[in-house]
Amino acid sequence: MVTATERARAIAGAVPDPEMPMLTLADLGVLREVEVDDGGTVTAVITPTYSGCPAIAEMRAEVDRRLREAGFGDVTIRTQLHPAWTTDWITSRGRAALAEHGIVPPRPAPRRAPSGPVPIVLSPMRPALSCPRCGSTDTEQASPFAATACKALWRCRACREPFEYVKEI
Amino acid sequence: MSEDHVYLSLVEEHDGDGARWAFGTGFEDPLYGIETAVAADVDRARLTACCLALGDDALVLAQRLAQWLTCAPELEIEVALANLGLDLLGQARMLYARAGQVDGSGRDEDAYAYFREPGEFRNVLLAELPNGDFAFSIARLLILSTWRLALFDRLADTPDPVLAAIAAKGVKELTYHREFAAEWAVRLGDGTAESHSRMQAGLDEAAAHLGELFASGGDFDLDAESVRADVEAVLRHVADAAGLTLRLPPAHMTPTASGRAGEHTEHLAPLLAELQSEARADPEATW
Repeated sequence: MVTATERARAIAGAVPDPEMPMLTLADLGVLREVEVDDGGTVTAVITPTYSGCPAIAEMRAEVDRRLREAGFGDVTIRTQLHPAWTTDWITSRGRAALAEHGIVPPRPAPRRAPSGPVPIVLSPMRPALSCPRCGSTDTEQASPFAATACKALWRCRACREPFEYVKEI
Repeated sequence: MSEDHVYLSLVEEHDGDGARWAFGTGFEDPLYGIETAVAADVDRARLTACCLALGDDALVLAQRLAQWLTCAPELEIEVALANLGLDLLGQARMLYARAGQVDGSGRDEDAYAYFREPGEFRNVLLAELPNGDFAFSIARLLILSTWRLALFDRLADTPDPVLAAIAAKGVKELTYHREFAAEWAVRLGDGTAESHSRMQAGLDEAAAHLGELFASGGDFDLDAESVRADVEAVLRHVADAAGLTLRLPPAHMTPTASGRAGEHTEHLAPLLAELQSEARADPEATW
């Protein structure tokens, strides 16, 4: 027996990300909560990836529309800023989907020391990524941003192909 | 039948959603769906001033970064500068929306961005200076992102939960901005004689404004001395790696003008005229 909450969660979670459609909102970790109360009201909670991400309005509209189409008459979408989204919330299914599309999934987000300022890292200290095509680690960053704000563009010196990578935050 | 892909779904008719004529349009309240109550014991005037000051810094710098489009040395740099500006614009939108809730006026983000006069803006002067050469723009970005990161890191613990959440989110973005600027400062400072001398000149010009930044720390009830120490430590680290000399303004020197008091250079009015022209030409326009 599938509960209404489970059904709503599956519907909302299946909405594709507007900018990386191989990922669902559930894969991306931006869908934080979906609950259906006794009166049948659905409340879905989403969190933006970056402050300036224009996709948040699309995500909200899509979740709302799909839930209504599925017969939920009363839908509330709440936005949650805290805790801030981190790429650590991208699911293993989402990471596999990124890799399948030639996009390097994010590494674990940097951990902060419990106190003190945010440390500054200059590039030579950053480990190179493995090329998703040939596996070589002879790679370099070509651009700190790519087709979306959350990705960087890299290139492989061995097979000469460019590739994208989701930056860990 | 509805389309599975959101781009395609945009061309469908939406009930009561006619403003979404293209991807990313039809922006609603940037704090839509967020619990926005203001605690009873909060000093509303102070919190409003804080949101506006940080919002104005972000909006004005975002506009300067956007002015690099079609002018940057490489396409990748344009993409980067535009994306840094987009993060700042996102921060500004949320900060303006919060200001409108806290000051009780109910003004929306557009009212703050498009319908205030230059004298009502509270951004620091460094943000509004013209882009100059690439080295100055990088030095300015390095200094402003380092300083803003130090402020936001502290504001993540501020009593207002909305400002605290905006700040905590911004910390991650600003860390990347600072890294971008620092890497370019090192590349230019440690590059050719020409790039080194221009990077040094850019850093000197931008660092001369640190006095105003440090003087404004008190606006946010933060420990101004610890902010200064953190900022100086990062700038020294980068300058050392770049072979540059960091020349700090004397601690006793008070700035001659303060953007936080609404005293601006002659450069802000033309920037705002461009930024505000469309909204003022057609106040009913939506986007």
